[in-house]
Amino acid sequence: MIPGSFSYHRPASVADAVKLLSDLGEDARPLAGGHSLVPMMKLRLATPGHLIDLHGIAALKGISRSGNNLVIGAMTTQHELLASDDVAKAMPILHEAALQIADPQVRYRGTIGGNVANGDPGNDMPALMMTLGATYRLEGAGGARDVAAADFYQGAYFTALEPGEILTSLSIPVPAAGHGYAYEKLKRKVGDYATAAAAVVLTMSGGKVVTCSIGLTNVHETPLLAADAAKAVIGTSLDAATLKKAAAAAEAIMAPAADARGPVEYRKHVGGIMVTRALQRAASVAK
Amino acid sequence: MNDMTPTREQRSAALEGMGCKRKRVEDIRFTQGKGNYVDDVKLPGMLHGDFVRSPHPHARVKKIDDSEALKVPGVLAVITAETLKTVNLAWMPTLAGDVQMVLADGKVLFQNQEVAFVVATDRYAADDGINKVVVEYEPLPPLVDPFKSMDKDAPVLREDLAGKTSGAHGPRKHHNHIFEWTVGDKDLTDAAFNKADVKIKEMISYHRTHPSPLETCQCVCSFDKIKGELTIYGTFQAPHVIRTVVSLIAKLPEQKIHVIAPDIGGGFGNKVGAYPGYICAAVASIVTGKPVKWVEDRIENLTATSFARDYHMTTEVAATKDGKVTGLRVHVLADHGAFDACADPSKWPAGFFNIVTGSYDFPTAHLAVDGVYTNKAPGGVAYRCSFRVTEAAYCIERAMDILAQKLNMDPAELRLKNFIKPEQFPYHSALGWEYDSGDYHTAMRKMMETTGYAALRKEQTEKRAAFARGETREIMGLGVSFFTEIVGAGPSKNCDILGIAMFDSCEIRMHPTGAGIARVGSKSQGQGHETTWAQIIATEIGIPADNIMVEEGNTDTAPYGLGTYGSRSTPVAGAAIAMAARKIKAKAQMIAAYKLEVHEDDLEFDIDGFRVKGLPEKFMSMKDICWAAYNSVPPGMEPGLEAVSYYDPPNMTYPFGAYLCVMDIDVDTGVYKVRRFYALDDCGTRINPMIIEGQVHGGLTEAFAIAMGQEIRYDEVGNVVTGSFMDFFMPTAVETPHWETDFTVTPSPHHPIGAKGVGESPNVGGVPAFSNAVNDAFSFLGSTHIQMPHDFWRNWKAAKALGAVA
Ligand SMILES: Cc1cc2nc3c(=O)[nH]c(=O)nc-3n(C[C@H](O)[C@H](O)[C@H](O)COP(=O)(O)OP(=O)(O)OC[C@H]3O[C@@H](n4cnc5c(N)ncnc54)[C@H](O)[C@@H]3O)c2cc1C
Repeated sequence: MIPGSFSYHRPASVADAVKLLSDLGEDARPLAGGHSLVPMMKLRLATPGHLIDLHGIAALKGISRSGNNLVIGAMTTQHELLASDDVAKAMPILHEAALQIADPQVRYRGTIGGNVANGDPGNDMPALMMTLGATYRLEGAGGARDVAAADFYQGAYFTALEPGEILTSLSIPVPAAGHGYAYEKLKRKVGDYATAAAAVVLTMSGGKVVTCSIGLTNVHETPLLAADAAKAVIGTSLDAATLKKAAAAAEAIMAPAADARGPVEYRKHVGGIMVTRALQRAASVAK
Repeated sequence: MNDMTPTREQRSAALEGMGCKRKRVEDIRFTQGKGNYVDDVKLPGMLHGDFVRSPHPHARVKKIDDSEALKVPGVLAVITAETLKTVNLAWMPTLAGDVQMVLADGKVLFQNQEVAFVVATDRYAADDGINKVVVEYEPLPPLVDPFKSMDKDAPVLREDLAGKTSGAHGPRKHHNHIFEWTVGDKDLTDAAFNKADVKIKEMISYHRTHPSPLETCQCVCSFDKIKGELTIYGTFQAPHVIRTVVSLIAKLPEQKIHVIAPDIGGGFGNKVGAYPGYICAAVASIVTGKPVKWVEDRIENLTATSFARDYHMTTEVAATKDGKVTGLRVHVLADHGAFDACADPSKWPAGFFNIVTGSYDFPTAHLAVDGVYTNKAPGGVAYRCSFRVTEAAYCIERAMDILAQKLNMDPAELRLKNFIKPEQFPYHSALGWEYDSGDYHTAMRKMMETTGYAALRKEQTEKRAAFARGETREIMGLGVSFFTEIVGAGPSKNCDILGIAMFDSCEIRMHPTGAGIARVGSKSQGQGHETTWAQIIATEIGIPADNIMVEEGNTDTAPYGLGTYGSRSTPVAGAAIAMAARKIKAKAQMIAAYKLEVHEDDLEFDIDGFRVKGLPEKFMSMKDICWAAYNSVPPGMEPGLEAVSYYDPPNMTYPFGAYLCVMDIDVDTGVYKVRRFYALDDCGTRINPMIIEGQVHGGLTEAFAIAMGQEIRYDEVGNVVTGSFMDFFMPTAVETPHWETDFTVTPSPHHPIGAKGVGESPNVGGVPAFSNAVNDAFSFLGSTHIQMPHDFWRNWKAAKALGAVA
């Protein structure tokens, strides 16, 4: 568990970082909190020759409001998300989900940018970002572009991020006032990735679901939006039959790998339960 | 006497002797990050070694090419079995009488086996080097399932044993067979089964797990060519044994080997045996003339240095219809992996597994253990238990619950009915032990009263009805466990390691000012010996514990001892300490008699000095006696105040306890909640109640981990799939339940201070309590036994198999 040798760079601006990445090519990797990248380097599953540490770039940090969106700098740590009043008020589900990530030590270093850029299906933020309809800003030598979270994930560790690009910020639409939300995550212990997790954001009126969005974590090689499951609950009061239908629709798109968390059948089964529980809890907090 | 004269209570309290919740003196450095561990040892010119390991569970090694590795800047040497053969060290003896490859000799037998040792100027270069060593393998069929190990066509694992029809423990039945060990009266047991009203039979597995101390195994070896001396700093639970083993296998004179075990970050049995890393670092130091450090990483620790358990116990109990046990029959299939590297006393191939009759009065019993080889890491060690005692406790405690279920009796009731009675002690068990003391009924009843056992059973009945009506998806289980341990190995009549009797030792030197140093043959890995050993001396000789420094772990200064594992420190070393202190006290009495001008017999010991009987004002404190010992001893007496004691215990000690676990399980997800856990421990005389509580908390946390998910698992082709703390369940404070602790005190009649040892009881007794709770929760759905570990998905699987989830 000793990494190979690498050169360390600490640019002070996004432009410098992008330039370093394009000059150094495939052998260079951005380094954010290092809590996904460094463990892989210690196992020599990743052997970058150059690390471009993004900590020197002040512009990549911070949480601000832009119109109806919350804009979060990529280098904002998970701890900073938890400490933010804006996040807690406007987007309580983000607070709730961030609290489910690992432990305080990891959250002090780990960043939201690294979490969503990593492309690991076990990360909690990607499915949540899809649920919330977030877009990511990617900046490279050719300029900046915005990619919807829903279009970003292509496979395990494969994303829309092109070589030489940096994810600089996330823009997340603030859900409607009075929305219901829940992030239900089944894990074996603190510090574990989800056996299965479900994010739900919905609005209710007169006891019936008006809008609903459901995201799934770690039940497929990419995070998933469970569109059919969400559609199944619109207009219902989340009666038992509907919940069953929604869970089944969600399970139908899951394709988890068997691992020490359990066999495929179990992970899909509890994935369905996470959807059911998230729906019920979201409805119970909706106003 | 004026008002300032301290009362007897105050004088006694000032000693902080036995019974005092003295704060741990070692914690001052530990909590400030100022401990001195092996990895803190940095010697001038020190090199670093690291292993090339096998990706295959079973393969022939065709070729090892180190040419590219030797080109890596900083890499100085690549050691292979061929190098080791030149010094006759390609293989090493194990404590269990087997031999083990130090580096792959023609073959690898488990995944992550040590294949080559790369020595470099720093750790990074060493790792760069191992990535450049090219090894050519020819994969062979792996043998993973121990139940298939003795099949006719099972692959031959140990080619070195070809033609050897007997091993260290008698005849071998098959090429993958290690030993068969039988105890008890087979005919009597068969007869008991033949006429039994009721019988149960179950294959109870205790899965493979690992002690996983926070600090992994490591060493620094430094060979001085001029003096011909080898100094080894290492994470050793038994430093003297390591010195002797090194002397025997490296053919170095024992006085020229200095073994130093500095602070150790947990051992739990992982650090008793000898590992290839130690040998390779020593050889590398001899070859290079420089000190060489070897530090295992977490993956290596979990997958290569000793695992624990992996016992598959087919268990049968015979009983009368009203629940009196009449016979016990157990057959164990013991998976030792590629080499039998058990760290048991040499004559005990299955440790003290014959304590399997537990706390119950079995008139007869028979036990047979078959040890077998598989393509897995070698072992197994006693993970926070006296040798194989936790396997035995699990076996009998599950069996008693299964019998209770069959008889439709309450499991606590069944135990009460079968306990050895207080008047039966010393009790001779059917499998050959002499239990020293116990009062099981009192402990059990106290547990039942304190926890409100009857009310909990009532609640369970109601919950089961609610579950049947579909009102809840939660099931409730009560896990009763009543364990008897056997610790304190051990009497020279039946315990040795490589021929060395398992005594322990203490040397006390009092200084003129009333302070002193005690050197002990045990070796703390976190147990708090620096605190508790001083407390024993404080009470015995009346010098404040704060004035006694305790030192362990340096073989040049500490008297020879067999080290710390198997809860042996208090029963054996603790006794040696008391005996050495009593020698000090005896000489002190002579000095006091001389100074007070009375006959020795006219003196009585009074807390912190000697007093003339009937003349309370004629008193000499121990402090003053220490001074006198160096300047005015009686004529003819040698000056000084020192003593050494080597203690060969007359018997083992038998701690016991009554535990209860209350658990709720959500059948839909398999997620459990430990609602309550109550642990009553009887470890005889209690030296430091706070340290006992800490030991119980730690051991229960391990028991919780083991029962509920901690596992070393291999897939069907022999890959080890639990190589990190992501998948090897290591609970954090968040998962760990709240512990309620309690005690009774039944002193050991043969131990100088009546103490029995407690460090391992909670692991031994805890595992069955958790497992019984899970099994009890599911029992009303029709199951009799569900194998550990009881992690979420397996609970769900059980619920599904029993029809509780769709
Ligand atoms: C014990 C442990 C438990 C964990 N448990 C969880 C968990 O339960 N849930 C969870 O979601 N996560 C978990 N994590 C992961 C943690 O949240 C990581 O911090 C996170 O996945 C990555 O963020 P980082 O800032 O550390 O990124 P890094 O590790 O620095 O980078 C991760 C990857 O993203 C790339 N990258 C980083 N930032 C950018 C950027 N701005 N633009 C482009 N590429 C970038 C890097 O090059 C690298 O490939 C856990 C980690 C540990 C060590």
